[in-house]
Amino acid sequence: MDTKKKGFGLLAKQRAAGWAFLTPATLLIFIMSFYPMVQAFIMSLKTGSSANMQWGNPITYNYARMFQDKLFQRSIGNTFLYLIIEVPIMLIFAVLLAQLLNEKHLRFKGIFRTCVFLPCATSLVSYALIFKSLFATQGLINTVLVHLGIFSENYNFLGTPASAKAVIIIALIWRWTGYNMVFYLAGLQNIEYSVYEAAKIDGATGWKTFWYVTVPLLKPVIVMTFIMSINGTLQLFDESVNLTKGGPANTTITMSHYIYNNSFDGVANFGYACAMSFVVFIMVAILAAINMKVGDTRD
Amino acid sequence: MKKNKSAIQRRLIPSYIFLTFWSLISVFPLYWMITAATNTTVEVARGKIWFGTNAAENFNKLISQNDLWGSMANSFKYSIVQTLLCLFVCSLAGFGFELYHDKIKDRLFALLLLAMMVPQVATMIPLFKMASGMKLLNSVWGFILPSISTPFMIMMFRQNSRNFPVDIMEAARMDGLSEVAIFFRMYLPVMKSTYAAAAVITFMNAWNSYLWPKVVMLDNSAQTMPMLIANLAAGYTIDYGVLMMGVLFCSIPTMVIFFILQKQFAEGITGAVK
Repeated sequence: MDTKKKGFGLLAKQRAAGWAFLTPATLLIFIMSFYPMVQAFIMSLKTGSSANMQWGNPITYNYARMFQDKLFQRSIGNTFLYLIIEVPIMLIFAVLLAQLLNEKHLRFKGIFRTCVFLPCATSLVSYALIFKSLFATQGLINTVLVHLGIFSENYNFLGTPASAKAVIIIALIWRWTGYNMVFYLAGLQNIEYSVYEAAKIDGATGWKTFWYVTVPLLKPVIVMTFIMSINGTLQLFDESVNLTKGGPANTTITMSHYIYNNSFDGVANFGYACAMSFVVFIMVAILAAINMKVGDTRD
Repeated sequence: MKKNKSAIQRRLIPSYIFLTFWSLISVFPLYWMITAATNTTVEVARGKIWFGTNAAENFNKLISQNDLWGSMANSFKYSIVQTLLCLFVCSLAGFGFELYHDKIKDRLFALLLLAMMVPQVATMIPLFKMASGMKLLNSVWGFILPSISTPFMIMMFRQNSRNFPVDIMEAARMDGLSEVAIFFRMYLPVMKSTYAAAAVITFMNAWNSYLWPKVVMLDNSAQTMPMLIANLAAGYTIDYGVLMMGVLFCSIPTMVIFFILQKQFAEGITGAVK
């Protein structure tokens, strides 16, 4: 009886300890993520300046406003353009590089891997500014192109909407391909060599092995990198602000950048900004859900 | 056998070419950043890609017009404090979630993961109001509070805790070790490599963060390195030599970490997926 009671006491103590360990982190996430999210939703129903906010009239005022807001729609278009072009190119290069680096007989593996991975060592602001300088009208890329005779005179890359978008996409690919490569390399290294041997015996050649053996085995990693890239691209901010300032004339602005401008740049329009940010949240959630559904089809 | 080897290497020639090509592209912008920091803005514009003699001049201009050392100190302070607190809080939670797990805790953990989907811009305004209400603007607490506890870090510690030997925990309890002592005396030393990877990735993230500091660190005296270099490029005429000198200073700490702790950095990125 006594020992049983004591044993039960110990177990309760353990359980209490477990809860005590996870409480600080859990509380912080509730206070710093979930609670603000609820607040943002409430604020999205209000209008007026930050000190004096009232319920919108009608309550969906801020949401209705988005349908009229050409600039917000353009920022959605830009963000999705970056997403649709950049993410697939980047992930294909990342898989390819990982596959090449995973070759048993490759020499200088360490040097190649370090080089491919190196762009991750720069901060987002840093690389945005480096690319801004490289592609400046009086910058290195222009000088080279004019010298080679490809361009007859210096071209204003960042002052022309189409090329400014292209520069953002190139910069993104440069910065994030190595990052994603690391995931694939880790995934490839988990695949047993015997699986490849078996495929070889079954007569599978290079591409076939890659497509029918490697890709299916990498599927969980591929889904995850997709989700992360989508999440990251939908929140693109540093590049838009520092590479192009959203310009020329807001043609390259991203959703996060536009929301920031509505919150802290000039007139603070917290209600409207919260409404737009809530839309971003819903987009992230839907795309992540779709991705997980697609990734979950086990066959 | 030897012939076989050279045949394999010959087959790999396209691989070498592509990897060399990609490596050059990866390295070149950073190499160029370093050379540009030593050149005048005119030389940079002319397309000079070799080291110049203007480094001292660029550096002097940079520190005379900007509080470089102040921003460096701020960035280091914020990043180090954030790393230490984040590691402590999240490892404690990962330990609790994995080694004391039951149904309710597992559900709670799944709920916390949803926070990964919350975009930064969505919580930015409420958090800004919270920080200004608590008089935390321009303070280290204002900078770190939203990022002390992240689902990613909790998940990383939780996943890696799976390898923690549970039998030893039982044995330790028999010996009368308290749960807290188990964490500090057993878990901490065993999980050293996870801590290292988590530290590298948290420090990098803190050092590189831009949106949130831009919102809460309003005073010049509180600004971070990314904010300083962003300001250098905000004017209409940019001195590219000075700008790249600033970018170089902003990149040195993360580059040093990258070259020394590359393995831990890679582990930190992929840490939560195992």
